[in-house]
Amino acid sequence: MTTTKTKKLAPEQIEAFGKELDDLRARIVADLGEKDANYIRGIVGLQKKLEISGRALLWAGWLPPAWIAGVTALSLSKIIDNMEIGHNVMHGQYDFMNDPEFTAKNFDWDNTIHADSWLYTHNYVHHTFTNIVGKDHDATGYGVMRMTDETPWHPIWLLNPVFCGLLQTFFQWGTALQEFESEKWFRGEQTWADMAPARKRFMEKAGKQALKDYVLFPLLSGPGAPFTFVGNATANLVRNLWASSVIWCGHFPEGAETFSIEETEDESHAEWYYRQILGSANFTGSHIVDVLSGNLSYQIEHHLFPDIPAYRYAEIAVEVREICERYGVRYNEAPMYKQLWSVWQQVFKLALPDSTYTQGVLAGLKEIVTFPFSRKKAKAGAPASAAAEQTVLAA
Amino acid sequence: MSLTQVLTGSKLGRRFLDSAFAEALATPHGVDRYVEMVDPLWSRREIRAEVTDVERKTADSVTLTLRPNTNWAGFKAGQFVKLSVEIDGIRRTRCYSPANSQFRRDGRIELTIKVDPAGLVSPWLLANAEPGLIVQISPAQGDFHIPLPHPRSILLISGGSGITPVMSMLRTLTERAYIGKVTFLHYAFTEDDVIYRDELAEIEAKYEGVRIIRAYTNADNGDLQGFFTREHLVAADKHFAEAETFLCGPMPLMDSVRAVFEAEGITDRLHLEQFAAPTRTVPTDEATGELVFSASETKAENNGQTILEQAEGAGLNPDYGCRIGICNACVSTKLTGITRNVLTGEINTDNDVSIKPCISAPCGDVSIDL
Repeated sequence: MTTTKTKKLAPEQIEAFGKELDDLRARIVADLGEKDANYIRGIVGLQKKLEISGRALLWAGWLPPAWIAGVTALSLSKIIDNMEIGHNVMHGQYDFMNDPEFTAKNFDWDNTIHADSWLYTHNYVHHTFTNIVGKDHDATGYGVMRMTDETPWHPIWLLNPVFCGLLQTFFQWGTALQEFESEKWFRGEQTWADMAPARKRFMEKAGKQALKDYVLFPLLSGPGAPFTFVGNATANLVRNLWASSVIWCGHFPEGAETFSIEETEDESHAEWYYRQILGSANFTGSHIVDVLSGNLSYQIEHHLFPDIPAYRYAEIAVEVREICERYGVRYNEAPMYKQLWSVWQQVFKLALPDSTYTQGVLAGLKEIVTFPFSRKKAKAGAPASAAAEQTVLAA
Repeated sequence: MSLTQVLTGSKLGRRFLDSAFAEALATPHGVDRYVEMVDPLWSRREIRAEVTDVERKTADSVTLTLRPNTNWAGFKAGQFVKLSVEIDGIRRTRCYSPANSQFRRDGRIELTIKVDPAGLVSPWLLANAEPGLIVQISPAQGDFHIPLPHPRSILLISGGSGITPVMSMLRTLTERAYIGKVTFLHYAFTEDDVIYRDELAEIEAKYEGVRIIRAYTNADNGDLQGFFTREHLVAADKHFAEAETFLCGPMPLMDSVRAVFEAEGITDRLHLEQFAAPTRTVPTDEATGELVFSASETKAENNGQTILEQAEGAGLNPDYGCRIGICNACVSTKLTGITRNVLTGEINTDNDVSIKPCISAPCGDVSIDL
């Protein structure tokens, strides 16, 4: 993620640009119907078959080929359930069907994060305040990573790559705990009691998920319980690594911009569109990658139209790219491995103090070594740095 | 197939599928989502039904026979169900009254649907309904049914497709060997438009206590002619004031019957079921004010249509069912402002009250929790 800005369009250009996107949206919305209903039902059918075969194969998990096939099927089931079905249905993309099974408010997924929490942290906070530092919890690294130079450096960030790896490994638990905003508790901004509703939701949902994957299905395997247990854990891990990688590629690659609260105050609908495009990045890949990523390979289109069925983004992208070209708006798109590479470069780069890059390696080294002393000075200094320190403590 | 029957057909299978254990294995999606892969009719709670027979008795009606799953708890003659079908990927729900006897032996439900050419669901059913179609229905609803113990004298009045709930009453009463007096006054354009013409003749011949009076508005070969009047009522049953009257039909018929009963001061003896096409209002220029949908933070200039139509016009997706003000699916809280009931003209000036958006139009500024 970066704070270097592309040249901003003039206000009237942004409005015209927004108008074209509104027209595009209206055309797609008018076309929604049976095709989309059939698509999502087909995907759910596929996911159910993968899930049942995965569970069945892991029942015979003591046979290595069955274990490998079972983990593969269950991993794919969880990935599709979370990405192409859960994430998208919970955005209300299929609400138009009026079918309770595909209505956002009724849906829940095979993941430890409670659907209600997700609707708040993701659909509301992240999608409304995309990449606004201080508002979008995701943009700055979920409170556990340093993903923008607007988060002041602290020696703890030397562990940035470790935090990133840990978050990817335990991604479903990380996102489940996200709504606690526990850094606020560390900072004393909320009490343990304030967190009670979130904690209750967490226990309820995560408990059920853990019971299913780590107790009931292993028990059903009898003597093969350990194989099923490890198989289920592996499938959850595969899903965690894949889902987090897909999501990292959406807003963290080089070129995806962050914004300040001030510059986004009073923004118009068109300006909101504009921010979504500048703050998001697409990755290219095969059709299978599109399905497995829940079409978040079209992160830009997803951020423009979060409530339009995601498999439509491929056709929408053709027009969005063309509109962006005409207006000279940057359209961030690269193969997945390049975007991921770019993200990991950022993770390592931001582990070190900014002075490493602005004033040279020695200056950076000096900042690391002298940090404990400079901090004392800062405490006595301006109130602005007190706020900065709070952000640091968020780690 | 045999495995399916063991699972969903047997008592033990049902107990397993209903168990907390099965639910814990299927979390978070629920057992239904997997069982429906082998048995599309099966559900733990939803009432799903298979269409087993489709008849087109008149040119503009279609009669469906439904075989509901075990979640269907039956109905009282006169009540209605909400039927949901999927048309072009979108689930549409409408209210229909079963016309069969509530004691029908095979437990199936008969729905006769009058086709409204300007509508959506009824023309679709006329063209597409065929045996094997799976639909959803709601539990039976409504207070329009014959009270227990049965009154000694019952007067049924219906017009057009409003015949279905009263047909159900008539069939239920005759099947139960009801010993009181039943008079049935039915209005249709002509003889050919009477949906259950043959069966009515059979019932009349078989049961002495049943009297059927056919009134045709566009033909002169009926027992009565023209639209409802007090004279018709007296001709049908001169002791009408002593009977309990059940009425279902188009609005003009309902209005004129209601007026006569009001004049007689016996409205407590009149029970009615509104049976009309979904309310469709047109935008008017006289409409003023602004409609605020507070939950979705959306606003619209009031165009005079119903709140439901305006909400949909503003891109919202509110819940709805019948769209004629009876099923309560769309009920929402009106926070502020004045609304008018488009069916009755009744004005609602209270704040923080539940209203039915499908039959309420805003008068000036209105804020609603949608």
